[in-house]
Amino acid sequence: MDERLEQICARARERFPERVSEPAEAFGEVSVEVAREGLVEVATWLRDEEEFALLADWSAVDHLDVEPDERRFLCAAHLASVSAPLRLRLRVFVPDGDETCPSLVGVWPAADCQEREMFDFFGIRFEGHPDLRRIFMPEEWDGHPQRKDYPLGGTNVQYQHGQFIPPPDRRGQDTTTTGYPGRIS
Amino acid sequence: MSASEVFVGGQDWDVVSTRTGEDTLVINMGPQHPSTHGVLRLVLEIDGETIVNAKSVVGYLHTGIEKNTEVRNWVQGVTFVTRMDYLAPFHNEIAYCLGVERLLGITAPERAQVIRVLLAELNRISSHLVWLATSGMELGALSMMLYGFREREMILDIFEHITGLRMNHAYVRPGGLSTDLPDGSIEKIREFLDSFPKRIDEYEGLLSENPTWIDRNAGIGILDAETAIGLGVTGPLLRAAGVPRDLRKTESTLPYERYDFDVAVDDAADCLARFRVRVKEMRESLRICRQVIDDLPGGPVMIEDPKIAWPAKLGLGPDGLGNEPGYIQKIMGESMEALIHHFKLVTEGFKVPAGEVYVPIESPRGELGYHLVSSGGTRPWRVHVRDPSFINLQAMPGMVRGHLLADVVAVVASLDPVMGGVDR
Repeated sequence: MDERLEQICARARERFPERVSEPAEAFGEVSVEVAREGLVEVATWLRDEEEFALLADWSAVDHLDVEPDERRFLCAAHLASVSAPLRLRLRVFVPDGDETCPSLVGVWPAADCQEREMFDFFGIRFEGHPDLRRIFMPEEWDGHPQRKDYPLGGTNVQYQHGQFIPPPDRRGQDTTTTGYPGRIS
Repeated sequence: MSASEVFVGGQDWDVVSTRTGEDTLVINMGPQHPSTHGVLRLVLEIDGETIVNAKSVVGYLHTGIEKNTEVRNWVQGVTFVTRMDYLAPFHNEIAYCLGVERLLGITAPERAQVIRVLLAELNRISSHLVWLATSGMELGALSMMLYGFREREMILDIFEHITGLRMNHAYVRPGGLSTDLPDGSIEKIREFLDSFPKRIDEYEGLLSENPTWIDRNAGIGILDAETAIGLGVTGPLLRAAGVPRDLRKTESTLPYERYDFDVAVDDAADCLARFRVRVKEMRESLRICRQVIDDLPGGPVMIEDPKIAWPAKLGLGPDGLGNEPGYIQKIMGESMEALIHHFKLVTEGFKVPAGEVYVPIESPRGELGYHLVSSGGTRPWRVHVRDPSFINLQAMPGMVRGHLLADVVAVVASLDPVMGGVDR
């Protein structure tokens, strides 16, 4: 592990012994696990006291059936330094059934649209985000498509105002399944 | 206009247009507008001609590429990611493949890496040319549009000669490249490298001293370094604000340290500075390309490991296309094991060790990062792309506030957003 990164992690452990885990290195990248409730505090500290001025990437992973339910969603923040080749990954686990995470918008405004994306695709609610709405999918969309239990085809294609087109194998067979006012079949 | 009233689906106009302050008017720009570079919708609140507030609405080009890659094998992912930021297909392919290679713990052969550098730099030039051409057109320099696309065509010809396709190449593969450079590639590239510097001089002659160009760009859309870093803005926008951050220099995953080039920096932080930075970058990319083809190492372009390398070799069959006839003869007529191996690798794909990586590279628009997660199977568990256009677009409202309506066009042009990358 890079010496500077090792020192940063050691200082973080010293400052937040309860909230920051031991650093783990894999594939040449260093990650620390951060407790969900202390995320903003740790992030602010890393930004101000250490060199991580840039939130490069802030994304989520759904570990359905791979990790236990209390670790179902992983939110990974990839922090970077502007001048030095230093990178650190913060891993925050969000449990199934309580999909909330503190927002990082107050620390790095760069988190704004990325948190909207994670809300849109995973349904993780970022507490403290000023404008948490869907960003890519239509606002009336049902479900969060990047979740692993989201159906892959075979379902109605959703349109606005409750309209939909049934899947190809059910089109034109039963008019009651067609929510679309136009003729599809 | 409050921020939370504009939606991707539209139908928000009754609310948006009535809830304004005194003496302000809300107007809608896009999603179909020549100066929004694709399908970007801007909702602008104006007081007379001055922008009071602005909001961007994205999502019109959302194609679910990230989700799609989860149901394909690791090699097929290349075909998808190359379609995200369609002006920089090679950068997407390279970053994705570097991520897969990091998970696999392999390194592509030297020749493959050097060719990746060459293609990435040619691609940077072609992407900047589209930027220069479209921004020129939007700000009244219509001939720039013709020149920019004319020269880009020369680069696309080179790409077509090498990969078979003008865009969306799927040429870079985990472990190397799909095939070596065909005959005549180097000559074609050299021809371009010889003729292009004169063209850049021409562009600069057209624009650098042009009073209209300067009036439209100088002092417009200022984005200082501190704000840019807070908003996660990278690439030419950050460099035009005086921060010499270029991943090719600081944490390159490609062998850029072998080549001599400078990082283009400017400190005016306005649209004109971004123009200067991008033109300088084209010149520097030319320098890199020239050094690459003058010292191109030999050897294979794909790793030897038969468990990862694509089994078939491309070659001309009797029908003029397809796989090498000798190889077809071997798997179809001689070796059952070779056929099984081919079938398994092509249909099922190779397994990638479980874990997660984040690989950033310097794309023409800034830091393009691939966050790849593997669960140990033959398909990605999650592919997340940190697209620079998507992040950079967040800077737009702050950059246009207080400017005139017409300056929105200049600012959006200087951001160089590619909606294919923004919406993914």
